[in-house]
Amino acid sequence: MYGWMGKVLRVDLTAGTVRLEEIDEELLHGYIGARGLGTKIFCDEVDPKVDPLSEENKIIFMTGPLTGTLASSAGRYNVVTKGVLNGTIAASNSGGSFGPELKYAGYDGVIIEGKAKEPVYLWINDDKVELRSASHIWGTDVVTTTDTIKAETDEEAKVACIGPAGENLVKFACIMNEYNRAAGRSGVGAVMGSKNLKAIAVRGTGGIKVADREGFKAAVLDARKKLKEHPVTSSGLPSYGTNVLINILNEHGGLPVKNFSEAAVFPNAEKISGEYQAEKYLVRNKGCFGCSIACGRVTRIKEGKFRSLGEGPEYEATWAFGSNLGIDNFEAISKANFLCNELGLDPITMGGTLACAVEMVQKGIIPRDKINLDWGDGEMLVEMVRKTAYREGFGDELAEGSYRLAESYGHPEFSMTVKKQELPAYDPRGQQGIGLEYATSNRGGCHVRGYMTSPEVLGVPVKVDPDTVEGKPELLKTFQDLTALLDSSGICLFVTFALGLPELAEQLRTATGFNISDEEYLKAGERIWNLERLFNLKAGFSAKDDTLPERLLKEPMKDGPHKGNVVKLDVMLPLYYKVRGWDENGVPTEEKLKELDLA
Amino acid sequence: MKVKVKLFATFRKGRFKEEVFDYPEGTKVKDVVKQLSLPVKELGIIFINGKHVSLEVELKEGDVLSIFPLVGGG
Repeated sequence: MYGWMGKVLRVDLTAGTVRLEEIDEELLHGYIGARGLGTKIFCDEVDPKVDPLSEENKIIFMTGPLTGTLASSAGRYNVVTKGVLNGTIAASNSGGSFGPELKYAGYDGVIIEGKAKEPVYLWINDDKVELRSASHIWGTDVVTTTDTIKAETDEEAKVACIGPAGENLVKFACIMNEYNRAAGRSGVGAVMGSKNLKAIAVRGTGGIKVADREGFKAAVLDARKKLKEHPVTSSGLPSYGTNVLINILNEHGGLPVKNFSEAAVFPNAEKISGEYQAEKYLVRNKGCFGCSIACGRVTRIKEGKFRSLGEGPEYEATWAFGSNLGIDNFEAISKANFLCNELGLDPITMGGTLACAVEMVQKGIIPRDKINLDWGDGEMLVEMVRKTAYREGFGDELAEGSYRLAESYGHPEFSMTVKKQELPAYDPRGQQGIGLEYATSNRGGCHVRGYMTSPEVLGVPVKVDPDTVEGKPELLKTFQDLTALLDSSGICLFVTFALGLPELAEQLRTATGFNISDEEYLKAGERIWNLERLFNLKAGFSAKDDTLPERLLKEPMKDGPHKGNVVKLDVMLPLYYKVRGWDENGVPTEEKLKELDLA
Repeated sequence: MKVKVKLFATFRKGRFKEEVFDYPEGTKVKDVVKQLSLPVKELGIIFINGKHVSLEVELKEGDVLSIFPLVGGG
C-alpha cells in the first residue's frame, strides 16, 4: 500500500484491549482519509442518535494519505466523533506532528470505543501499544500532562491530550497536541473526558511509501514552488499570521463587535491587529510538520499582570476575546488565549459564550447580583476562562456554551450560533456567501468548511462582490467539496491560497497510485459532504436548522460599508439545495446518492 | 480634495499607517499607488470606504483609501 498505511488500531477502553485491523481499499478510494475516512467508519459503526457523552459514542483519530509525506503542510489529522456541543458529525482538524508520527508508527488512525473504568492514556510505540494508568495526571493541565507523559515514555513522543476542560466535560473542550496545536471545535475533548482517556502518546520510527517516487517528487516540488511564489503563503502568513485579518475585516466592515450587536467596525482594531502583535509582542513565527508557510505565532507579554508566553493568538481568538467582547487590550487577549491552550478550551466558543453572557447582563436578563459582567473588561475575561475550564461558579453555566446558557434564561436569540455552535469572526451581513456557509456547514457555526471570505474579501483566487447573492451557492458548493477533499488528504487548508485542485490531485495520485481524474477526486469531496449531511439528518437535524441567528436575518447592519444589510438566506438556500442535488427539504435525492455511490 | 490613505502589513515599512493627503481633482487610485511607490505586483485588497475598487477609480473628497498587500488568514 502507498500513501496509506492500510491499518488502524481499535482500542476498546471498556475491555482494555487493543487490536490491529486492516482497512478495506475500497473505503480508502471512496473516502480518501482523515475527515472522509474517519466519518465513513464512524457512520458505519455508530447510531446517529447516540448520546455524545455516552459509552456508545466513538472517537476516531485519522490521518490522510499525504499526512507525514514530503507534501507541503502535510501535518494534519482529524478527530471524528459525534460532537458534544451540538450533536452534529464533528471532524476537528489539527496540525503539528502528531498525525505524521502516527503514520510512522504504522497506522492511518486509531478508533477509540467504550469507556475506561479509571483514567488511562494510550501509548503507541511503533508496534507496541498499551493502555497505561493516567490517575496521576488526571486534573493537570496540557503542559504538565504532556511533560509527564513524555518523561514516562519517550522524549520524542508526540502527545495529544485533554486538559481540565475535557475532564470536566466542558461542551467546547478541545484536544491539544504538542502543547499548542488544537483539534478545537465541536467539543471533541469532552468525548475523550467522558471516556476517561487523558491522552494518546505516539512514537513512530518507520516511513511511508509512495507509489511513484519521481512523479511524487515533481508534484511536491511544483506545489512547494507555488507556495513560495504566492505572496500570501510566502510573505503574508509567515510575517503576520492569521491575525493580519483584524485590520482587513475591520476596514471591510465585517469584524463583529459585541456579540454581533453593533456595526462590524471596531474603533480600536489597530491595537489588537496582527501588525501590532508583530511590532510589540511577536517572538518568532512557527511552522507545523513540513510546512513552508509557518503561520504560527510565538508571543510574549513581557511584563504586567498578563505577563505570559505562548502560541497565538490567532485571528479567531483575537476577535473572540477582542472586539466581540469590546476588549482592546492585546495582553489580556493573549493571556486568555494561552490559558485556553493550557486548559484545553476552544477560544471561539469561549468568546462567543462570554459575549452572549455580557449582552444578557447589559440587558438585565442575567441579574448583576449573580454575575457582574461588562464589555471591555480584560481581567474578567481571563478569570472567566479559568472558571469555565473548572466549572467554578458562573463558569459552570458558561461551560455549556451560549445556546444552552441563553435558552436557560429564556432568550436563545442572544446566542450567535448555528446548530448551537458559535459563529466565528466574520459578520455575514458584510458577506452574503459566508452567511450561506455558516447556515449549511455540517458541524454548525464554522468558517473553514467553505472559506468564502477568501473570494469575497481577500480576492483569492478570484474577487467576487461580497454583497451580492448571485453565484454564491455554486461557488460555495465547490469550496465545500474541495475543502472536504483537502481535509481528507492530510494537508492544511492554507495551501489553497496558492494551490488548487490540480496540484492536490496530482500529489494524491502520485503518492497513492490511485489514478483517478481531478474531477473524480473532487467527487470524493462531494461524497464526504453528503455523507456528513446524511448523518446529521439521521441525528434529527433538518432544513429548519440550516439557518442563522435572527439578528443576522432581521436586524440591518447599523453602520459601516455594509450599512442596512441583512443576510438574504431565503434567496440563497433554495438555490443551494438545488445546486447540491437535494430536494426542497435539504435531503439528498436518490439520484444524487446513486451518483455518489451512497445509495 | 482631502483623502485619508491607510496602509497595512508590509506596505507600512518605510511609509506610514495613516495620512491625510490633499490631491487634485481627478486623482485615481493608481496615481496614489505610484506616488507611494507601492509595488503593483504585491497589491492585494484596495478599498474605498470599505468597498473593493480597481486602480482606475477616481477618488472623491473625504474618501478613505485602504491598501493591503496580498494577505490571507482564517
